[in-house]
Amino acid sequence: MDDSVLVQVQNLKMYFQTEGSFSFSKKYIKAVDDVSFNLFKGETFGLVGESGCGKSTLGRTVLGLYKPNAGKVIFEGENIFSLKNKRMKEMRKKMQLIFQDPSASLNPRKTIADILNEPFHIHQVGTKTERKAKIKDLMDRVGLSEYHLSRYPHEMSGGQKQRVGIARALALNPKLIICDEPVSALDVSIQAQVINLLEDLQKEYDLTYLFISHNLSVVHHICNRVGVMYLGKLVETGNHEDIYRNTLHPYAKALISAIPHTDPDNPKDRILLKGDVPSPANPPSGCRFHTRCPERTDLCSQAEPQLKEVFPGHFAACHLC
Amino acid sequence: MLLRIMKNNLLFSIGIIVCALWILIAIVTVLVPSITPYSYLAQDLANRFQAPSSAHWFGTDSIGRDVFSRVLVGSRISLIAGLITIALASLMGMIYGGIAGYIGGLTDEIMMRISEMVMAFPGIILAMTIAAALGPSLHNTLLAMVIIWWPNYARVMRSMVIANKENEYVEAAKSLGASHFRIFFNEIMPNSLGPVLVLATLDFGNAILLFSGLSFLGLGSPPPTPEWGAMVADGVLNFNYWWIGTFPGLAILTMSVGTNFIGDSLRDFLDPRLRKEI
Repeated sequence: MDDSVLVQVQNLKMYFQTEGSFSFSKKYIKAVDDVSFNLFKGETFGLVGESGCGKSTLGRTVLGLYKPNAGKVIFEGENIFSLKNKRMKEMRKKMQLIFQDPSASLNPRKTIADILNEPFHIHQVGTKTERKAKIKDLMDRVGLSEYHLSRYPHEMSGGQKQRVGIARALALNPKLIICDEPVSALDVSIQAQVINLLEDLQKEYDLTYLFISHNLSVVHHICNRVGVMYLGKLVETGNHEDIYRNTLHPYAKALISAIPHTDPDNPKDRILLKGDVPSPANPPSGCRFHTRCPERTDLCSQAEPQLKEVFPGHFAACHLC
Repeated sequence: MLLRIMKNNLLFSIGIIVCALWILIAIVTVLVPSITPYSYLAQDLANRFQAPSSAHWFGTDSIGRDVFSRVLVGSRISLIAGLITIALASLMGMIYGGIAGYIGGLTDEIMMRISEMVMAFPGIILAMTIAAALGPSLHNTLLAMVIIWWPNYARVMRSMVIANKENEYVEAAKSLGASHFRIFFNEIMPNSLGPVLVLATLDFGNAILLFSGLSFLGLGSPPPTPEWGAMVADGVLNFNYWWIGTFPGLAILTMSVGTNFIGDSLRDFLDPRLRKEI
């Protein structure tokens, strides 16, 4: 295996059952359907796509928070789904999650000190004084002061809460952090601060980010590589220059064209997609995008396109490429 | 600590004082039975149906017993009935509902259908059946009350756990590697207790009333024992003499209002978002 690969995601499928426990006809929402990609050490991989396309589910499944229906997540050579509980707990230290809604991700009944002590307590790391020093250091790192420690989450602003969430994720020195829309709940000036903080921390601790977002400008700014998802499938991946400059997949093209531009005299043509996103419980045959694709052919509704390397390092799942 | 909270919260202070007073009365009448002006059993048929006066503050009942003495002595049995029933029922319901809600799926369905079977019976009839089958005694009546009461708490607890377990801070704890035990008791439980606590304090008065109902039917404490509910029932039978039922009724009222005040303030205090500056 290539040394520079931190995580390999192979044919991951995550379906959610929709009918009740007593029902005979089981239906599944195919939130993530046969997704494969690699995460390289030290990179920021952006995952974009519209709401409900399975980005967050993919992120959480990579962390092992959901048990997938099929597929592997190989973290440093080990498939995390075949690990015993004890090994899995060790593995948890290496990967962490930053949440979209900073208010919901902090227990309202705990002080910030309690919240930040939690990771150390769970893994029995350090003595009381060591933990205190470590927590102080973490607070410093994310730009909060010591007096914030005795506060409750509801006494802090959104940006401060998100910093606490970041500090908690950093506590156990992880290698991979999954950022699940970490800035979309913050206002714009705070967004910039948090993104800069994430970038600084990445350099300092040699972190790998899986950055989930629907804000393409943010992804453009922070990510080295980008993956575009549609209805549970990865339709295009590549370096961020490739994705933004030389878009291959028609869905990705439509998405990129939706980025607001700052130059009013030179408006780009926006590709407007018709129709709604089909239900992930009953995805269309062939290419999942064919119902809305402006460039579809007869083949598209029959055969499902596989992700293939069109240019070196630039993959797309489209019959036309 | 307690005094500091009381200073800032009038309702809580009233609740605490009222309840403390009743607990004090219950303890003192047990330790020093002679403190009541009359014996609670002493009959004085010549002076029956006396209106409240300086000799009998709350009047006398149909066989001339002093209502004031009986209300004081009756506090012990009502306190025990209320406290034990509510404590055991809420504990049982919280564990049961908590497990059902946390595990979810088929386990949840089966557990909740079982609790609904209990709820499907009219409470007082089920309690009568249980108490009659086990033999009428204080213990068995309390047991019967716990059995008919716990599903209420199980349902509230279950719905709170289901709502809270989807929270992102639970997911955060999971991704940190917390055990199920820790997630349940550390993250979900503290955020689910509020409504259960409020329900418990609201139910305190109901428990006293149900117990009195059962006593009235001969299943709780046997007749000569002073018990507020039974005394109210006695007052209903002698409706023209208002004092027989009114004073024990007021005792029940103060007790349940007191516990309600405490419960309300307790909920506010336990939730940091509602906590007042102290």
